Amino acid sequence: MNNTISTNIVRFILLVLVQVLVLNHINFLGYINPYLYILFIILFPIKNNRMLFIFLAFLLGLTIDLFTDSGGIHATASVTIAYIRPIVLKFSFGAVYEHQTIKFSNTDIGQRLTYFLIMILIHHLLLFSLEIFNSSKIILILKKTLFSSIFTLILCLLTTILFSRKTK
Amino acid sequence: MQQIINFIIRNKTFLLFLLLFFVSLFFTFQSHSYHKSKFINSANFLTGGVYESFNNISGYFGLKKENKILLEENNRLKSILINAKTGEFKDVYIDSSILNKNYKYTAAQVSKNSYSLTNNYLTINKGEKDSIKEELGVITSKGIIGIIDKTSKNYSRVRSILNSNIGINAQLKKTNHFGILSWNGKSPYIVQLTDLPKQAPVVVGDTITTGGFSTIFPKGIPIGTVASFKTDETENYFEIDVALFNDMTNVGHVYIIENLDATQISNLNNLDE
Repeated sequence: MNNTISTNIVRFILLVLVQVLVLNHINFLGYINPYLYILFIILFPIKNNRMLFIFLAFLLGLTIDLFTDSGGIHATASVTIAYIRPIVLKFSFGAVYEHQTIKFSNTDIGQRLTYFLIMILIHHLLLFSLEIFNSSKIILILKKTLFSSIFTLILCLLTTILFSRKTK
Repeated sequence: MQQIINFIIRNKTFLLFLLLFFVSLFFTFQSHSYHKSKFINSANFLTGGVYESFNNISGYFGLKKENKILLEENNRLKSILINAKTGEFKDVYIDSSILNKNYKYTAAQVSKNSYSLTNNYLTINKGEKDSIKEELGVITSKGIIGIIDKTSKNYSRVRSILNSNIGINAQLKKTNHFGILSWNGKSPYIVQLTDLPKQAPVVVGDTITTGGFSTIFPKGIPIGTVASFKTDETENYFEIDVALFNDMTNVGHVYIIENLDATQISNLNNLDE
């Protein structure tokens, strides 16, 4: 149990630093940035205190907002995906999730992909809608959401593969 | 009463979510309005410190370019100085005590810069300790960068010209026709000049400088050149795309300008109200 807490604290700090110091400056093709920090929310232990989890997600988003001067857009998006995570989990993993026994490293790659993709898409759509906040620029919002989501998804999958402890 | 408490306990997760959701929405909307983004900003000791210590390392990679910019500026200032001494102004005595009379310059280093968002901000390593206040102008040797919008003890946040909330008084260099400088959020190399009267003789390639109407920037700080222009919907004003002199994606050293007469001027302007 202690191990899980320390892992998550280290993960929180590392992801925030990597996000604000490296990933926010990529600007691929001018505007495409990955938002890897939501990996903290995606990989948070499933057996958890939901109130604590939602609060931590809020804190994570707010920290990113502090660094990027973006008001509260990251906090809003993070809190939302933290709240709807159980629904997405149930949708993508089906009955296995009900027993609360799954580990992300053991799951089927297809199911994991669906889960990651839904979480990332919802987060990014909310993020860019709030950032641009102009209904006449809806094409720009969708474009940014799509490309950044692909970038984030690839980076998330690579990170989880690289840093998974079990080597099969 | 019992039922209300039961309801709260049963839905505590949802209520917490709603609370945090609306708190963050509140922060978001506050950052959309000009003078209100007070809580969440990168000019505090934590984010400022992290950015500065990272910049201490990453700053080495841009030293060559920085040196070149400084050398160019030195070269320009030296040639002005030497020509002033030998040319027609050689008998003019410059009293150095009057140099700091109207505008005070402070040098600073940019520790964080962004240009791909809709509202971009920079963080610089000078703050209230160096008598930096809100609403001061920030420039480089090539042109304008933005306006200070939030200060802390050691750091300040600069509202970049690449921000949809900025509005700077700007004019054509050759005539005194003026307009308002804003940004449409698309390219970090192009800003827009609107409300310029149709009578102004605009040609592609004309230089745009700051106008003398604001108390923030002195008159004549370069901004960019006219890239293209067209009339707006009312057919009375020009809308001009201005190509910036500054490369906003690569900003190192900046100068902060303080207009020492700003309070006097704004006091005069407020007399009517």
